[in-house]
Amino acid sequence: MEEIYKEYEDKLNPAMLQEIRANVPEKISHEKLKQILDKAVEIYDGSKVSPGECIGLIAAQSIGEPGTQMVLNTFHFAGVAEMNVTMGLPRIIEVLDATKNISTPMMEIYLKKPYCDGGEEIKKIALSIKEIKLKDVATEFSINIADFTITITVDEEKIKNLSLTVSQVGKAIGKFSKNLDIKTEKNVIVAKVSQKGESINTLYKVKEKIKEVSISGMKGIKQVLPVRRGDEYIILTAGSNIKTILQLEYVDAERTITNDIAEIADVLGIEAAREAIINEVKKVIDSQGLKVDIRHIMLVADTMCVSGKVKGITRYGVVSEKSSVLARASFETPLKHIIRAAVVGEEDMLTSVIENVMLNQPIPIGTGLPGLRSKIRK
Amino acid sequence: MAEKKQHILVPAHKKLSEKEKEELLKKYNITLKDLPKILAKDPALAELDVKEGDVVKILRKSRTAGESSYYRGVVNG
Repeated sequence: MEEIYKEYEDKLNPAMLQEIRANVPEKISHEKLKQILDKAVEIYDGSKVSPGECIGLIAAQSIGEPGTQMVLNTFHFAGVAEMNVTMGLPRIIEVLDATKNISTPMMEIYLKKPYCDGGEEIKKIALSIKEIKLKDVATEFSINIADFTITITVDEEKIKNLSLTVSQVGKAIGKFSKNLDIKTEKNVIVAKVSQKGESINTLYKVKEKIKEVSISGMKGIKQVLPVRRGDEYIILTAGSNIKTILQLEYVDAERTITNDIAEIADVLGIEAAREAIINEVKKVIDSQGLKVDIRHIMLVADTMCVSGKVKGITRYGVVSEKSSVLARASFETPLKHIIRAAVVGEEDMLTSVIENVMLNQPIPIGTGLPGLRSKIRK
Repeated sequence: MAEKKQHILVPAHKKLSEKEKEELLKKYNITLKDLPKILAKDPALAELDVKEGDVVKILRKSRTAGESSYYRGVVNG
């Protein structure tokens, strides 16, 4: 039995073999099994896309048409004011263009066993991840022009909640710049500025910069929200910094994900980015109640990741990789491409579709793909 | 680094031997340049000892085929 299945491993894919294995009766004769498998191979080969089929075009239409029915807005998270997610068409565009700075980065942080049960711990963890800036805990900033100092009054209550002390806050500010001389006194921090070329202008600039100094948490994480998913608690965050998060000991580094594709490509590699693109696009399409075959999305994701870096479907990304000048010119900014090609002396081999359409020639697609070769009789 | 390999988004990466590489290129009648690429500094390759010109086999968990293999040629930069 097993040998017969092995024989067909090359011809059928694992999912099919498994299905056949599960549905075939136990006491089947070898001959019958062979017949079934042969029939399956026949059907499978018949359903394959034939060479020369313009799958890219079909994928573009299949994603583009439902795109016209999508909503054009961002949704808000129930209960939390500052947390919203880009959905619908804007999100699809964001993913497919491989935008570096996406508008609503988010993470789903899964925790390891004892922490995910939803005790007091999770609240503490959530708070320790959230980035706290000085302006969040300070009640007053005042500057003294005479002795060049900035006086910061902080809210002791807030600092206590974060399990920090005023002197720790002072140290965090001190780390930010060497030119600051920090003195703390109860809930007041006095920072003396000893920069050269002192003027009121620099003093004000320093004050504004100090406001943004982060005193605890991970850089970039603006909001945290522990929620229940299934039978465990996870932390949703607004803002993303998966590199540092994955190194935390209580974080489940296997399942924690972000919606920032560029970050995934940096931290987990190109294959993970491809997978993430598929997931993100599918998530949007599903959430809108639309249906697109996953193969179209897979093709687009593959195309974006061929070069080893994530390239968007834009004139700077995938399109710039095309070998034909005319094809590039036909997408966006035609003059720029044609002039550049003329200056460099580029050659167009006319191997693809658009350039041949322009020149009124048969396109290498479908029946236009194969050439004819014959022996001339002498 | 070890736990990063197991992230749900990262499929298994395997380096092909010279012989397997030749067989692959022969089977599909292609040259190394025709394969999709992967950067040598890709985080998923951190534990594999690969250099430019190698081929990496990737065992993807496919939604349509159960499991599928994909090949990428290693490039620098």
